[in-house]
Amino acid sequence: MFASNNLRSPLGRARGLGSAKEGLHHWWGQRLTAIALVPLTLWFVAGIIHLAMGGEPYEAFMGWIANPCNATLMILFLGVSFHHAQLGMQVVYEDYIGGHAWRTGMIIATKFAAYGFAALGIVSTLICCFGG
Amino acid sequence: MANAAKPTSRPLSPHLQVYRLPLAAVLSISHRITGVGLSLGLLLLTWWLCSAAYGPDAYDQAMVYIASPLGLLILLGFSVALFFHLCNGIRHLFWDAGRNFEISQTKRGNIYVILGTIVLTAAAWLLALA
Repeated sequence: MFASNNLRSPLGRARGLGSAKEGLHHWWGQRLTAIALVPLTLWFVAGIIHLAMGGEPYEAFMGWIANPCNATLMILFLGVSFHHAQLGMQVVYEDYIGGHAWRTGMIIATKFAAYGFAALGIVSTLICCFGG
Repeated sequence: MANAAKPTSRPLSPHLQVYRLPLAAVLSISHRITGVGLSLGLLLLTWWLCSAAYGPDAYDQAMVYIASPLGLLILLGFSVALFFHLCNGIRHLFWDAGRNFEISQTKRGNIYVILGTIVLTAAAWLLALA
């Protein structure tokens, strides 16, 4: 992009141009979801332990997910986890995939898949609450 | 000039294949690896919720897969990855806040993360199977 005979350093060229405008948003989103996932993960583990501890599996699950608190937390857990996951996967691609087209394609595919599966999980949770 | 071709025992520059990673670096790359694994695990969580939405037969079938040896092995791996990523992630949040950058604190953190992962995983499985 820049002439190779330019003697200015990359830092010298970049200085004063401002940020790329997207770094902080990604960074902040990843940290915010990480903080939210600490209590959500502990709730999720407690729920799985509760379900493993007994009862007829299907009835136990439907009774548990029918509780408004559990349903709300499950929906939050799905949304926040998938958001956190696709932000993290994006960084992995950016670090390890060299080709621009491949990298961009993988990032787009992962984001689409993450929100698709999040929606599927949320709709499934709602069906379990209201559909039965 | 004759010396140039002689094999040397000079120190090699650090490289993944000749460099023994310090524990903090092993935990660092493990954070990424478990993160990728947990992303795939989220797909299994969705599949499990979906099976419940499809009804008792689909849910019971899903539970048969989960209770199989392979299913339990995946669940064990998922739980270890989850607790490790949780513990190490909390450490990352401290680092993001500009704390615990000293080497002594990092070494202590390594131990906390490993112990936390073991204790939480053991506690969860003991409670679940009790």
